[in-house]
Amino acid sequence: MPTSAGVEACLPIGSDLDLVWVRQHVRQAAARLGFGLVEQTKLVTAASELARNTLVHGGGGRMDSAQVTRGRAVGLRLAFSDDGPGIADLELALKDGYTSGGGLGMGLGGARRLVHEFSLESTVGVGTTVTVVSWASAPPRLREEF
Amino acid sequence: MSDSYGRPVSVPGASAHVPVLRLGDVLLVTLQGDLYDSVAQQLQEDIGATIATSGVTGVVIDISGMEVVDSYLGRVLAEIAAQSSLLAARTVVAGMRPAVAITLVELGLTLPGLRTALNAEAAMDLLARTGSGSRFRRSSAEHP
Repeated sequence: MPTSAGVEACLPIGSDLDLVWVRQHVRQAAARLGFGLVEQTKLVTAASELARNTLVHGGGGRMDSAQVTRGRAVGLRLAFSDDGPGIADLELALKDGYTSGGGLGMGLGGARRLVHEFSLESTVGVGTTVTVVSWASAPPRLREEF
Repeated sequence: MSDSYGRPVSVPGASAHVPVLRLGDVLLVTLQGDLYDSVAQQLQEDIGATIATSGVTGVVIDISGMEVVDSYLGRVLAEIAAQSSLLAARTVVAGMRPAVAITLVELGLTLPGLRTALNAEAAMDLLARTGSGSRFRRSSAEHP
């Protein structure tokens, strides 16, 4: 049975160096919780996209990582928060190809497809928190079609 | 050296600089471990400068050592290919891991303009087989 050691963490996101720390932490935590190689790669990639959003759009912030359980399923929850300008139009921000930061516009929408659960809370002028959950032992896909 | 959180300023397993190797008419670049955004950016500039000064006609980027390719690195690879093409060199991205390919497709990043090969050797073969620009110019001069 995996323990929460090495999974619970709060990492700062303030530079591209921190993005490397985030990727390494998520990879190690996912491996510890028994994620398969493809699910690990997807989750690390999603974390990289979301952490970069926190850095570029939110002006920096942090990632909180925690183990979650549902019945016998074990998962990893990652929350990316910033105190940045917030997102005025959530639907537009999630659309593929939409970008306000000169990127490819794949970050948010793409990250949503790579995880099992995705939620976005944002208040203009206050900040943004994106929370994602992926499950190690694949439960029924909880991701809604869109 | 450590930062304000007591962590070393360079992350173990992360590359601080990517060497660009010249093998005849081809530049060989091997990406490994994790890459800072700024290192990827620097690599893009290095490749452009090296093509311009050396006149190579092909670039092979071996990413078999990369466990993760996100949209940022994906964009850098696509831009390197586009920029090399303007400098009369062709780029082949070699050795993408299957899990990375699956992830890129779900991410929505299929990079249609990017030439790929299963490994670096196949990439070199591909460049040799399809012929480089300079060789073509030479051979057409021999056979007018």
